[in-house]
Amino acid sequence: MKGENYMDLEFPSKSSNEAFARAAIACFAAQLDPTLDELGDIKTSVSEAVTNCIVHAYPEQIGPVILKARILPDRVLDITVKDRGVGIADIEQARKPMFTTGGEDRSGMGITIMESFMTEFRISSTPGKGTTVHMKRKIVQRGGKK
Amino acid sequence: MNLTSYVQERQLTIALSGEIDHHCAREIMETITDKVDVYMPLRCILDFRDVRFMDSSGIAVVLHTLRRMNTLQGKLILQNIPAQPYKVLKAAGIEKITDIKEECTK
Repeated sequence: MKGENYMDLEFPSKSSNEAFARAAIACFAAQLDPTLDELGDIKTSVSEAVTNCIVHAYPEQIGPVILKARILPDRVLDITVKDRGVGIADIEQARKPMFTTGGEDRSGMGITIMESFMTEFRISSTPGKGTTVHMKRKIVQRGGKK
Repeated sequence: MNLTSYVQERQLTIALSGEIDHHCAREIMETITDKVDVYMPLRCILDFRDVRFMDSSGIAVVLHTLRRMNTLQGKLILQNIPAQPYKVLKAAGIEKITDIKEECTK
């Protein structure tokens, strides 16, 4: 079995960094040899989490977004996206499909997508302190020699 | 954003391309709205063939276009959707409120 591996990244909440975050997680996940479908789910979920930091956590300013990823035993990719922004007062409301405070150019589907595309999803938030999204995705072992 | 489009008999086809995320969604919406307002189509087709990635920002783009076409009493059709954008659209139940044709499997 491969030893545990990890990466920590921090970048400002600029929307141009959404593509960077997706590319970074895709490169890191590549060592688990995911299928295109699995990789698509992981990239989409990270894109949603990072976009939430940019749109909601720091609505009026630029702040730090922390993206961490770890490889856990049994081919589990463990991802944390954290900000030090405004936080979420009502998490249950934020989780509802189609609910958004982001205006017409947001769909309100970000959290729903992360919940359905990842194996595990947790969100914790303290108003005024920030929000942490924690998600896991098991990468299925494919046949053939290693 | 420079989106390729063509009009034929009040049918407007717009080819989306690249990665659709929050960073570019507003610009895409504005470009689509401008085109729809100029051509006043009866049918608007969004072609996803060259979309390499899309997150939930793309859902907002589709809903925005759908609202615009509804006010014109026109129809919105989505076509050639690759697997990754299709999965995102399906998570929002978009296939229930628009016409989807020729979705790709890859």
